[in-house]
Amino acid sequence: MTAETIIQSLASGLLMGLLYGLIAVGLALIFGLMDVVNFAHGEFLMIAMYATFFLFAYFALDPLLSAPIVAAGLFVFGAVVYLLIVRFAVRAKANTGMVQIFSTFGLAVLMRGVAQYFFTPDYRSIPHSYLGGKTISIAGIYLPQPQLVGALIAIAAFAGLYFFIHRTDFGRALEATREDAGAVALVGIDKNKVFALGWGLGAALVGLAGAVMAIFFYVFPDVGASFATIAYVTVALGGFGSVFGAFAGGIVVGLVEAMTTLILPPSLKTVGIYGVYLLVVFVRPRGLFGSI
Amino acid sequence: MDKAFIQRRRRDLILAAFLAAIAAAVPFFVKDVYVQNIMVLTLMYAALSQSWNILSGYCGQISLGHALYFGLGAYTTAILFTKFGVLPWFGMLAGGLISAVIAMALGYPCFRLGGHYFVIATIVIAEITLLLFQNWDFAGAALGIDIPVRRDSWLTFQFTRSKLPYFYFALALACVAWFVTWWLEDSKWGYWWRAVKDNPLAAESLGVDVFNSKMGAAAVSAFLVAIGGSFYAQFVSYIDPESVMGFQFSLLMALPAVLGGIGTLWGPMLGAVILIPLTELTRSYIGGSGRGVDLIVYGGLIIAISLARPQGLVSLFSRKPKPAAQPAREAVAS
Repeated sequence: MTAETIIQSLASGLLMGLLYGLIAVGLALIFGLMDVVNFAHGEFLMIAMYATFFLFAYFALDPLLSAPIVAAGLFVFGAVVYLLIVRFAVRAKANTGMVQIFSTFGLAVLMRGVAQYFFTPDYRSIPHSYLGGKTISIAGIYLPQPQLVGALIAIAAFAGLYFFIHRTDFGRALEATREDAGAVALVGIDKNKVFALGWGLGAALVGLAGAVMAIFFYVFPDVGASFATIAYVTVALGGFGSVFGAFAGGIVVGLVEAMTTLILPPSLKTVGIYGVYLLVVFVRPRGLFGSI
Repeated sequence: MDKAFIQRRRRDLILAAFLAAIAAAVPFFVKDVYVQNIMVLTLMYAALSQSWNILSGYCGQISLGHALYFGLGAYTTAILFTKFGVLPWFGMLAGGLISAVIAMALGYPCFRLGGHYFVIATIVIAEITLLLFQNWDFAGAALGIDIPVRRDSWLTFQFTRSKLPYFYFALALACVAWFVTWWLEDSKWGYWWRAVKDNPLAAESLGVDVFNSKMGAAAVSAFLVAIGGSFYAQFVSYIDPESVMGFQFSLLMALPAVLGGIGTLWGPMLGAVILIPLTELTRSYIGGSGRGVDLIVYGGLIIAISLARPQGLVSLFSRKPKPAAQPAREAVAS
């Protein structure tokens, strides 16, 4: 193992980590807003990847061009999921925590079934796109272009989100509702509208991630499951609900994954990520950046 | 002690004995092997869900990683039998004890975690163990273990010609899991667990040993689930990591309790009796032609029941509404 291979894999780990952050940030946003973990988050990613694939297959639209369309579509989808399911789940009179977990979990199972029914369990991939398969060499380090652009999109999305939350009226309403949903109602902000928009925004972010992922990853009905577990770990590492924490958690996860593949066989690469999760929460039960 | 409460417990016990007797008689009338197979699975999942319910329902520590204990039970029995010639009955006991010890060893760091951090830790630990078993050559790695069939005997707990012995064992297991729950419900532990679930801080301040009551629930729960895993290994006689430790088992253990009524005595039984035949039937009737239909039915059912009946289907059978709120208001009024 030379210094070069270590730097090489750390660099690609960093890019992947930024993408993990982008996948996870929607989850963190929704959790921070209303203390609900969306257990269908992986399936949101899955339909975004399918949407990207079909936009390519039928309209020959490059994933980079379809990304905004997919994100907009997911925005609507997320808001609808809130209005049809989550809105009622948080109102449950008994076993509230359980109802939140299992209503979104049921949605995940349902979406997976629908994808299998309509799209078959086959693995699909986008054979040629503008970035697909290309690499770029920076100072002797080879970086895959899809991941590089994905990482740049992730950074831009985080910057945009930061600006949005701190500088716009809706962002302020979001922050205020997160602080105290009851008091917000008193000043005339419709809590349901804010929650629905929050779900839409969270879903749009994972939609953006899905469009990028579809460039270099297979699309199949269960694709969300593996990324979802990583997303939960990412969000938990960062401290649930912290948007910045998801960003940092993603980078940690990406680097740990890259280092694990240097040491362990590829079939064990997620063991490193899971191990680091356990290590972190055992020492800091509320994640790296969570408030104690 | 409340008289109505004692009466209710006695009624539960009589009802259970009655239902068990009916269940035991069913194979005399139902000879179809396919249906018998579904009945075995239903009873097994009823037992598993009842055991899961002890930790996650009564004590409120939601585990989505119980496949770990199911797999440990299956693997302990299979490894001891194929590599060391130990009879499955001892393997079953060993698997149960190993799982209980591991549950407490894992509980030691995990029970300090709250809410979602705990749930994710259970998923992650089961997943790590699955990956390790897939790479553990002694235990057959990803290919798993084929349990050699000697001859039909209760000694080796193998039956190739009839499903009936498995049926009666599964029935016995379900009865044991139910009875343990029934017994614990009215013990010191049962009250502790419900206190821990409702409000751990208040429980602690009233002298409940929160940490140790979680450990107790985890040990009992893991022991019973591992027995179920041992049984499953004998029943299917071939195991590999994904087929006994996969995430779907964690889910299939939780769902009957969730549908039937979490933290209730009858919920897991009721849930399993509805859910398992429904899954098996949709899988075989529509599953072949339309892939994914079973998942659609499944997912739709979970959403519908968790939104419409958060207390679970068992609440449909309780005659009177919850009496808890009424006396409190009267007390304030007077």
